[in-house]
Amino acid sequence: MSYTALAGLGVLAAVTADLLVFRVRLVRRRAFWVAYAIIVACQLVTNGVLTGFGIVRYDPATIVGLRIAYAPVEDLLFGFALVLWTLDWWVWWGRPSRRGQDGAGGIGASSGSRRIHGR
Amino acid sequence: MRHLSYLGVLAGCLLGTAPLEILLGTRVYARWRRLLRTLVPVLAVFVGWDLYAIARRQWTFDPRGVTGVRLPGGIPLEEVLFFVVVPICAILTLEAVRARRRAWPVGDEPQPPTPTATAAPSSPSPSPPSQAEAEAPSVRAHGKPSDGPT
Repeated sequence: MSYTALAGLGVLAAVTADLLVFRVRLVRRRAFWVAYAIIVACQLVTNGVLTGFGIVRYDPATIVGLRIAYAPVEDLLFGFALVLWTLDWWVWWGRPSRRGQDGAGGIGASSGSRRIHGR
Repeated sequence: MRHLSYLGVLAGCLLGTAPLEILLGTRVYARWRRLLRTLVPVLAVFVGWDLYAIARRQWTFDPRGVTGVRLPGGIPLEEVLFFVVVPICAILTLEAVRARRRAWPVGDEPQPPTPTATAAPSSPSPSPPSQAEAEAPSVRAHGKPSDGPT
């Protein structure tokens, strides 16, 4: 399967998981889109370095050929799927029902103020 | 030096986002167990995808731009690290946004306490935020009605 098709499927799978499996619904949350806007700007820079200097090279037969800042447009889809999948798991592991297992949430916190952070 | 290019980009990403943990109190590295649990499924899926693409030669790597360390499947070490570094940067960014915009929930907020519970005895008064922030920079104000899942 071409990179184009896989990237499209990746986005579809990540969004489906976000809405129907995790039910975190990040794609409907402002914090996610603001964060993603920052991330994608950084991605264009770092991806541009990796592709512009030819560190990563793409088979022309597997992409449509449209490039943004040297990188194939498919990389934006790939990146979106990666970021959404990542952040869904991050939120999932921090949900209140799971926080008891998350030792990093501040087990044994003694001060009143630390009580709040537990996640 | 050129063979360190890819590693250098990754190091730059980590260095560039590290101040968020310190200055904004994102507590991503601090919650390292949650971070590890997040990275495992990310690596499983995306390294798998990467191995497929490498096997089909959908993308290749300039030997002059990587260290040359290859893991099983022919995936460069840098490419695996990419799927560690980028998720960390993404999480740091999300948490940084939340640190600045506490009214924007993402779905892991504590359930809004009942109105009486907001006056918990051990809770410092929310009125002097400077004091609360000095004690715990990462403290997230919760209990606002907008903190609940939308």
